[in-house]
Amino acid sequence: MPTPFEYAPAPESRAVVDIAPSYGLFIDGEFVDGTGGALKSINPATEEVLSEVAEASDADVDRAVKAARRAYTRVWSRTSGKDRAKYLFRIARLVQERSRELAVLESLDNGKPIKESRDVDIPLVAAHFFYYAGWADKLEHAGFGPDPKPLGVAGQVIPWNFPLLMLAWKIAPALAAGNTVVLKPAETTPLTALLFAEICQQADLPPGVVNIVTGAGETGRALVSHPGVDKVAFTGSTEVGKAIARAVAGTDKRLTLELGGKAANIVFDDAPIDQAVEGIVQGIFFNQGHVCCAGSRLLVQESIADELVARLKRRLSTLRLGDPLDKNTDIGAINSLEQLERIRHLAGVGDDEGAERWTADCDLPSKGYWFAPTVFTGVSQAHRIAREEIFGPVLSVLTFRTPSEAVEKANNTPYGLSAGIWTDKGSRILKMADQLRAGVVWANTFNRFDPTSPFGGYKESGYGREGGRHGLAAYLDVTGA
Amino acid sequence: MTRSPSALAVDQGALDDAVRSDAALRRFLHGLPGVDQVGAEARAAALSTRSIKTSAKAFAIDLAISMIDLTTLQGNDTHGKVRTLCAKAMRPDPHDASVPRTAAVCVYNDLVGQAREQLGDSGVKVAAVTTAFPSGRASLAVKLADTRDAVVQGADEVDMVIDRGAFLSGRYLEVFEEIQAVKQVCHENGADAHLKVILETGELSTYDNVRRASWLAMMAGADFIKTSTGKISPAATLPVTLVMLEACRDWRDATGRMMGMKPAGGISTTKDAMKYLVLVNETVGTDWLTPDWFRFGASSLLNDLLLQRQKMSTGRYSGPDYVTVD
Repeated sequence: MPTPFEYAPAPESRAVVDIAPSYGLFIDGEFVDGTGGALKSINPATEEVLSEVAEASDADVDRAVKAARRAYTRVWSRTSGKDRAKYLFRIARLVQERSRELAVLESLDNGKPIKESRDVDIPLVAAHFFYYAGWADKLEHAGFGPDPKPLGVAGQVIPWNFPLLMLAWKIAPALAAGNTVVLKPAETTPLTALLFAEICQQADLPPGVVNIVTGAGETGRALVSHPGVDKVAFTGSTEVGKAIARAVAGTDKRLTLELGGKAANIVFDDAPIDQAVEGIVQGIFFNQGHVCCAGSRLLVQESIADELVARLKRRLSTLRLGDPLDKNTDIGAINSLEQLERIRHLAGVGDDEGAERWTADCDLPSKGYWFAPTVFTGVSQAHRIAREEIFGPVLSVLTFRTPSEAVEKANNTPYGLSAGIWTDKGSRILKMADQLRAGVVWANTFNRFDPTSPFGGYKESGYGREGGRHGLAAYLDVTGA
Repeated sequence: MTRSPSALAVDQGALDDAVRSDAALRRFLHGLPGVDQVGAEARAAALSTRSIKTSAKAFAIDLAISMIDLTTLQGNDTHGKVRTLCAKAMRPDPHDASVPRTAAVCVYNDLVGQAREQLGDSGVKVAAVTTAFPSGRASLAVKLADTRDAVVQGADEVDMVIDRGAFLSGRYLEVFEEIQAVKQVCHENGADAHLKVILETGELSTYDNVRRASWLAMMAGADFIKTSTGKISPAATLPVTLVMLEACRDWRDATGRMMGMKPAGGISTTKDAMKYLVLVNETVGTDWLTPDWFRFGASSLLNDLLLQRQKMSTGRYSGPDYVTVD
């Protein structure tokens, strides 16, 4: 009997990051003390407190918005596109230079595996800044009229699942288009945004162009309802998104929302089966399933369902769960206790509703927040686990018989962010993509992102697009175009 | 419950039916699930980022050495060259007896007797390339005679090439029958040579073809499927090996029988070898982590493994003068 090949621990060194015991707010180009309370940011893999960050009060938010307004009026709106590009290129290069530091910090604060922060998040952050830097001096060619104008001050609120990447999606197009920003990172993952503030200083970005206010829900509410904000951009839950929409209703603020999802990953009987299995894994277990566009509903053609699920389970038993800083870890920690409890609750609902739960056989560390990769079979459209966003490593498997049934079931959700199609038949891909009501449709792949490609939802998944030329529209006055 | 007629649900009955006619064989091979090129390459690339350190690296280095078919396939091969190679296979590092011997020595068939004599009962096998290697462009009679020659001289293993011309023009049954015929020669007069079937994936060009050729070879009686001759570029690659390993895995699911796998050509560094072992580990699992079921066809790989092994035991790099040239 051959000896098993056990991988020795291969941890990325955390010595590359220097985490201060406490952080203030980044306003007008400087770190300043907040006047509110403080929040602790913890490492979800160990429950160790990483740092204390300020909880910005209404007054702090006001200060930040005023700084952004000043910078907009006096500096940034008068800075040429070519010069704005220069700063953005500089930021992009600094992100690349400090990529290891950013990746380690992201994994510490968020719990995601280092291989993802290193190979996906941070490279995409740099790519986003490079991409929008390229647009900054070409806005008149973007199709929004001869001389499109920025909106002013953007208030941006981002989630904890891709902390730095969501920051890049928000800040890069805003700055390229000539706006200044006040950004609030999520309360559980503020640290890379604060390191990004340092990068803005390093890049000599004029003070006030980027302001970072940390805090929880109250800080976010103060920011989006501040009268000095011209544009609100939010990524997060549908529930909070609706509250923001209500808060800005009746004002002349522009609003873009990127909210939840319950994406169908549709596998036909002629799919490239081994790659489909990989795509299912990538679709729902990437980033512990903390992905708004996650392929959380597997719709598989009935004739291959048993075989596919058997192959999927075999593949899932090879996933390596554990220390996010280990280079061989595939599945990291759940970001917070609150989220872990929500996942546990909804998985429990799946049991109660009669779906069959299967869990990959892996040891969970004794400290930290963990949830093993889980698959529910025998799920029907009526089950809550087929309708509600779980935002965790939990897959619901449903079956279909014909392409039209697949479309009907895929679209039968209040969400509409993304979908996946797996088939060897090109014509079927095109036809399905046409009928699926989802902002992003992947064919024979899943969860692939690129700064040139617009991203956004239908229905309760939000409105507006981020990325690509379309992403500029959210930060320009395009009413005249 | 009766199983739906899906290309995934292959069993022995389906395999028997598939080889009854050219048309049936074609239907079977073209009914295998497709391979998405982008996806297969992405999977292989993702696995190659695994970080193999310390104890895992030491384990993998020795395992890799024990899996090498130490190869010389040159027009200028001589008895002297084969003698050195055999000595090296039996005792890779003259200063360190704890280094495992390689799995086999792989030579052209006229040098089999020489290698056989040198290797004696050391346990290192003699592998011979036959069937008009590397092109395979000869009549069946010549290919069989070539194989017979090797087996009679005492080859433990026969590395044959498939007729890629016949495969690419869709004459699958012809390829199948040729492999069967070579297999028969491997067992003539009480001989029991293992048959490795070289697909020459660099000439098959698509992963769909690689998957089909893998099944064709397995169904015809291969003990091992092998990527390349080493004479055509590209030779072994990670994604091709991934697709072939998946075929080995599915073959075992269908028949209950193991199937060996040998990537050959272009694998020259320890780092490369680690990537292949990770691929084996995470695609087909522990059962394949033995020279009985996984081999490397390589020549310069061994010296790099030895250098890395020395580095691990002494803590410093020595240099090319501290391993033997062959």
